[in-house]
Amino acid sequence: MRYLSVFAGLASLLWAVSALAAGEPAVGPVEKQAVNVTAIVMFLMFVAATLAITYWAARRTKTAKDFYTAGGGITGFQNGLAIAGDYMSAASFLGIAGLVYSKGYDGLIYSIGFLVGWPIIMFLMAEQLRNLGKYTFADVASYRLGQTPIRALAACGSLTVVLLYLIAQMVGAGQLIQTLFGLEYWMAVVLVGILMIMYVTFGGMLATTWVQIIKAVLLLAGATLMAGLVLSQFGFSFEALFTKAVEVHKDGIKIMAPGGLVSDPVSAISLGLGLMFGTAGLPHILMRFFTVSNAKEARKSVFYATGFIGYFYILTFTIGFGAIVLVSTDPQYLDAAKKLIGGGNMPAIHLAHAVGGNILLGFISAVAFATILAVVSGLTLAGASAVSHDLYASVFRHGNVNEVDEMRISKIATVVLGILAIYLGIQFQNQNVAFMVGLAFAIAASANFPILILSIYWSKLTTRGAALGGFMGLATALILVIIGPTVWKDVLGNAEAIFPYKYPALFSMTVAFVATWLFSITDNSDRAKIDRAAYEAQNLRCQTGIGAEGAAVH
Amino acid sequence: MQSDLVEKVRNNPQYQELVAKRSVFAWTLAIIMLAAYYAYILVVAFAPASLGQTLSGGTTTIGIPIGVAIIVFSFILTGIYVWRANTEFDELTRQVKEAVK
Repeated sequence: MRYLSVFAGLASLLWAVSALAAGEPAVGPVEKQAVNVTAIVMFLMFVAATLAITYWAARRTKTAKDFYTAGGGITGFQNGLAIAGDYMSAASFLGIAGLVYSKGYDGLIYSIGFLVGWPIIMFLMAEQLRNLGKYTFADVASYRLGQTPIRALAACGSLTVVLLYLIAQMVGAGQLIQTLFGLEYWMAVVLVGILMIMYVTFGGMLATTWVQIIKAVLLLAGATLMAGLVLSQFGFSFEALFTKAVEVHKDGIKIMAPGGLVSDPVSAISLGLGLMFGTAGLPHILMRFFTVSNAKEARKSVFYATGFIGYFYILTFTIGFGAIVLVSTDPQYLDAAKKLIGGGNMPAIHLAHAVGGNILLGFISAVAFATILAVVSGLTLAGASAVSHDLYASVFRHGNVNEVDEMRISKIATVVLGILAIYLGIQFQNQNVAFMVGLAFAIAASANFPILILSIYWSKLTTRGAALGGFMGLATALILVIIGPTVWKDVLGNAEAIFPYKYPALFSMTVAFVATWLFSITDNSDRAKIDRAAYEAQNLRCQTGIGAEGAAVH
Repeated sequence: MQSDLVEKVRNNPQYQELVAKRSVFAWTLAIIMLAAYYAYILVVAFAPASLGQTLSGGTTTIGIPIGVAIIVFSFILTGIYVWRANTEFDELTRQVKEAVK
């Protein structure tokens, strides 16, 4: 706690300094490409605070349990904030605000899809994960199944999701920072990579969690302030805001109803499935259920997380509409061709300037950067855990490994993943990476989620069924995205896509579940008998928590 | 878990009560949530115009409160589950653990 008060003091001091700096008269309208001093000062404050936390966390991170799960002593409320932080990525803040800005109501459809996975996680998975797992979701999926194939599959699923997500975040970080701070693209990517390696290798899950909590609080506070400032210009009346938005938007009244984003029923259902169950298969989110001490705290985490995320999406919706009125009509945010400066992700950033001047612009820019940093740290930790705990300790060493070696491997994996992320971030600079988060969700929903939910609930699941079903789900999702419109047409430049739908989840999840079912019920091997016989003991632990991992005493 | 402990827990009446009550409750809530969400998605897919009707003569459409209601509804459902699980189900779990100690 002492460290936290030091941090608060440091932060307020730096805040005062930056406010003074920002108080100097601005010269004309802001040049977005110029170095933004307020934003940089505020961002440096955040970095200083998070490095202090990393130092504090490093002294407390001694065992593998500390490294992977912060010793299992995070409270439900803290974990709820951290989960919400993982979920409120820069992509969802800037991206959804941008979507509302350009399409209006369609942004809300996305937000709802992202949110409704949470109640499902709560009812069917949260406490079960806590009771059965130790460090990674593969612990749960492979609880009674053959370790080698299931761990290998779960690690592949995790790493694919993590890498896709990382590339999207890194490219986003580079582009955003280029626009916001006036830094070079590669410098931004390298900076993000180095900081994230430091947080994770030195501070493990404890540092990663606190970085995420601080960022979540800052982001919620900043978004609340922005939405409040927007509404204050309309007498706190949504009706007045909507009326003005409809007046100035090129699509007029159409922005108040579902538009072209989800045009046919198959796409709508497939997108809905992918968003809802993808959440329940994201390794960096699932990992958070092992940081709390028991099932009760796991449930509370989801309750708080759902509240924060839902509130955040309502704010984002308001911010998007605010930007339609206040940004799209103001020539200082538009270039010569009347296009938004900085591209489609920028409405929320410009709005910060429109309602709160340079100080709020600096604050929101710094928060956006902090968000990317926090999210990539969580992703990297999830990826490193899959390498060290699942691949190295379980697949290659068959569990005969000491904690020191496993920790060393996880730190090496973190550094390698960090460097890989920097490299890929630079390689993909000019590529369209918008499809990658969608693909990550589709794979999470089609490979990770089916084997996880079936291993918890279906007593007849066998190793063969889970391995083949999970693999086929992963492969189907990957192939359908590649031959679908987003990659085949938009990225590779072919005239027509081979597979007509943008969202593969409806098909790939069906393949995964049917294949898992079929290859399980027809499995008469000796291994299958062991798998089925072990269900009862697993279910007892799952239901009661008897034998579950507890919190480490510090 | 040792097989004698498994046997003991399995035959415990509180354990059977816990499993039965929690399964019914959790799956009921999950189905309610799925039904609410897919009802919404199907309206978006098949009858988007119905969400575009004006709410009370102004610009605000029916789709806005419905969308916000689904968000609030999700939060309330999780709250209901937490409330019952943290009291009733945790008490039953405690009794089971006590009995098989």
